[in-house]
Amino acid sequence: MSDHHENDFHKHGHQPDSYHFETRTIHFGGEIDPHTGAASVPLYMASTFHHFSLDEPPRYDYSRSGNPTRYELERYIAQLEGGVRGFAFSSGMAAITSAFMLLSAGDHVIVTEDVYGGTYRLLTTILNRMNIETTFVDMTDLERVKAAQKPNTKAVFIETPSNPTLKITDIRATADWARENGLISIVDNTFMTPYHQRPLELGADIVLHSATKFLGGHSDLLAGLAVTRDERLGEELYKLQNGMGNMLGVYDSWLLMRGMKTLGARMAHAERGARRLAEWLAQHPKVEKVYYPGLAGHPGKDVHERQASGYGAIVSFDTGCGERTKKLLARVRIPIVAVSLGAVESILSYPAMMSHASMPPEVRRERGITDGLVRYSVGMEHIEDIITDLDQALADL
Amino acid sequence: MKIESRLAQIGSQHDPATGAINFPIYQATAFRHPQLGESTGFDYSRTQSPTRKILEEAVAELEGGDRAFACSSGMAALQTVFSLFSQGDHLLVSLDLYGGTYRLIEQVLSRFGITASYVDTNDLEELERHRTSATKAVLIETPTNPLMMITDLEKVCTWAKKHGLLAIVDNTLLTPYFQRPIEWGADIVIHSATKYLGGHNDVLAGLIIAKGEELAERLFFLHNSIGAVLAPHDCYLLMRGMKTLALRMERHQQNAIKIAEYLKTHPMVEQVYYPYFPSHPGHDVHHKQSSGNTGIFSFRMKSAETIPHILKHIRLIAFAESLGGVESLMTFPSVQTHADIPEEIRRRIGVDDRLLRLSVGIEHVDDLIADLEQAFARAQKEVGGVFA
Ligand SMILES: Cc1ncc(COP(=O)(O)O)c(C=O)c1O
Ligand SMILES: Cc1ncc(COP(=O)(O)O)c(C=O)c1O
Repeated sequence: MSDHHENDFHKHGHQPDSYHFETRTIHFGGEIDPHTGAASVPLYMASTFHHFSLDEPPRYDYSRSGNPTRYELERYIAQLEGGVRGFAFSSGMAAITSAFMLLSAGDHVIVTEDVYGGTYRLLTTILNRMNIETTFVDMTDLERVKAAQKPNTKAVFIETPSNPTLKITDIRATADWARENGLISIVDNTFMTPYHQRPLELGADIVLHSATKFLGGHSDLLAGLAVTRDERLGEELYKLQNGMGNMLGVYDSWLLMRGMKTLGARMAHAERGARRLAEWLAQHPKVEKVYYPGLAGHPGKDVHERQASGYGAIVSFDTGCGERTKKLLARVRIPIVAVSLGAVESILSYPAMMSHASMPPEVRRERGITDGLVRYSVGMEHIEDIITDLDQALADL
Repeated sequence: MKIESRLAQIGSQHDPATGAINFPIYQATAFRHPQLGESTGFDYSRTQSPTRKILEEAVAELEGGDRAFACSSGMAALQTVFSLFSQGDHLLVSLDLYGGTYRLIEQVLSRFGITASYVDTNDLEELERHRTSATKAVLIETPTNPLMMITDLEKVCTWAKKHGLLAIVDNTLLTPYFQRPIEWGADIVIHSATKYLGGHNDVLAGLIIAKGEELAERLFFLHNSIGAVLAPHDCYLLMRGMKTLALRMERHQQNAIKIAEYLKTHPMVEQVYYPYFPSHPGHDVHHKQSSGNTGIFSFRMKSAETIPHILKHIRLIAFAESLGGVESLMTFPSVQTHADIPEEIRRRIGVDDRLLRLSVGIEHVDDLIADLEQAFARAQKEVGGVFA
C-alpha cells in the first residue's frame, strides 16, 4: 500500500484549518475512501499487511503499530484539538495510563485534587509502586500548584471543569508556568471536548479524552484519545501505545468517528439544555446548591469563559440530604441512573455511591461530594421534558 | 465434554431471552442500576461487559484457570500482567523472547525500575544463577518464536513454586487445543489471541488466564484500572474464530509437517527448526507436555543473498508480520519481529539474516509447496549460485 493517505488530504482540496469547527467535524480529510469514493472510511479488519518487497516497507505492517481506519481517527482528533499527533486507545484509562508512563521512576507529578476516580486509583495504587510520586492540589489557585513543585516534578495533570463539583483551573496560566519550569502539562478534556475547549491552543502539551463520553456520545463504545502538541512527545507516546498494545480496535475506531461527526450538534444542544437546567435548579426550593460554571456566582466562571466557548452539559446539584436524593433517584423517569456521562440519553449519577464510593467519607464531604449530591449529564431529549421530569421527582420530597 | 465440543459451543445457548444461538454483542458502556445500591452485575463496560464475560469464562475453562481477562492486544495482556510488579522487582525471561515483549521490558519497564535477565528457561542451573532476592517471576515461551526452543513446563513451574516465583507462560503458539500450561503448574497463561485463537488475521486481542482467586483478583483490578480491555465487537470476532480452533490447528499442523519435511531436504536450506522432528533437542519434552505441533516454524537458508529474492517471488504466501492465521505468511525475523533485539543477542540465539519464519495456513499444502518451489527456483536463478 502506498502512502496515499497523506496525499489525499490535499488532493481532495480540503483546507480544514480555515473551516469552522462544525465543518471540520464532517470534512476532516479522511471521510472519503480514496479507492472507492465511499462516504465513510472502510473498516480495515486486518491485523497484518503484506509487504510487496523488502525494499519498500509498506505504510502499514501490523495493526498494533498502525491501522488505516484507526489512523483516520487519530488524524481526526489531532486536527480537532489543534495538535500534531493523535492516538486512539482502548479506553480513557488506557490513554491516561500511557500519558503517565511518559514519566519514569522517581518522577513527581502534580494532579488536580478532584481528578476522576480512576485516575486517582491509577496514581495511588499502581504508579506509586513504580515510584511515580503524586501531589493532589486544589488547582483553582495557581499558587498552590506552584507550592507543590519539587526538584523531581516533571508534569502537571489538569482536569477542568473537575468532576463532580466543576471546579475550574486556569489552563493557560498553569501551562505557561509549567513550560517555564520545564514541566509537561497534560489536560483531561473529557467534559468539554474540543468543541468547547482546546487546551493545546492554551499552551498545554498533551490533551486526553475518555472518548467513551461526549466524543463517542452514544454509550456504546469505550475509547480514549490523546493528542500531543509536538512531534517529540507524539513519538514517545506512539512508542508506548505500540509497546503496551492498548490501542483502540478497528470497529470501535470507526464507531467513534461516526459519533464525532455529530459532536457539534450534540454539544450545542446539550449545553443549551444544561444552562436552562442549571438556572431552573438554582431557583428550586428543594435544591440547596447547584454546580455549573455558567451560573452567576460560580467561582471559576470568569476563568472558564476565557478558556472555553461554552459551559458543557454536566450539572451537579445537592438536595442537602441523602434520603431526599435517594428518593429523587428512584422517581426520575427520563435519565438512566448509571455511571458514565456524555451520551445521547441523559444520565443521572450518584457520586457518593458510584464514582466516588471508594473515597473516605470525610474526604468526600470536604470536597462537597455529600450524600445529597447528584450529577446530571444532559442528553438529547427536549429540555422541557427533562425539567418536567425532575419537577415531579423533586415535588414534596 | 471434549475440547472440540467446548470450542464449537462458545457463547452458544447463553441468551435465554431470545434463544439466539450466538451471544449478542452488547455495545453498551453503561448499565442502568435497577435501584440504588443494586446492580445487574454490570456497571460500566471497562469493568465488565456481557459479551466479554462470555469470552472470558470460556477461555478460563479451556485453559483450566479460574478467571480470564480479555485485553486489547497480546502486548496489553503482557503489560497488564507486568503491572503486578513494582520498582526493584526482577524477572527471568526467555532468551528467544517475542521482540515486542523484549521491547516492552527494555524500553518501558526498565524506566520504572523493573529489570529482567534473559536466560535459557529450560536450564535450571542458569535460572538459579540469575535468580536474586528481587526475582518475582519467570516468563516462559515454549516453543519460542522463532527458534522453537522448548522448556519443560513441569520442571520449571515446580522450580518457580519452590522459590515463590510466579510462573507465567505465553501460550500463543500452541493454544489450549495443544497445550495447557496451568495443568503443568503455571500461575498465569498469556495469549496473543491475534494469532491462532482469532485465527483470521483480522482482530488484535490478548488474553490473560489466572489460576488462583487471589491472583485473579489482583489482575482484575489492574485490568479495569489501566483499561486496556477488549471491545465487545472484537470479543465476538474472537469467539467466532475460536469455534473453528480445533479444525484449524489440525490442518495447520498437517500442512506444517509436510512443508517442514519438504524444506528439510531442499538443497538451498541449511536447517529447519521444528519440534516435530525427533532430531529436535526439545522433541521429547514437547511431546510430553503438548498434544500436537504448532503451524509455525523457522528455517535457515544456506545463503542470505537468496532471501530478498524469495520474499519477492512468493505469491500465495504473503510476506507479512504475524502468524497463526488461515493465510500463510512468511516473516524475516531479523528485520521485522525481532529488529528491536540487539544484534548480539540475536546472533547468540540464531536470529540472523539467513533465518526465515513460516506461519503455515490452511490452504492446500500442495499449492504452498509449489509456491515455495517456484520462489526458491527463481531466487536461485537470480543469485546465480548453487548452494548444494
Ligand atoms: C474525566 C474523565 N477522565 C477519564 C475517564 C476514564 O475513561 P474511560 O472510562 O473511558 O476509561 C473518565 C470516565 O469515566 C472521566 O470522566
Ligand atoms: C508469542 C507472542 N506473544 C505476544 C505477542 C504480542 O501480541 P499482539 O501482537 O497481539 O500484541 C506476539 C505477537 O505478535 C507473539 O507472537
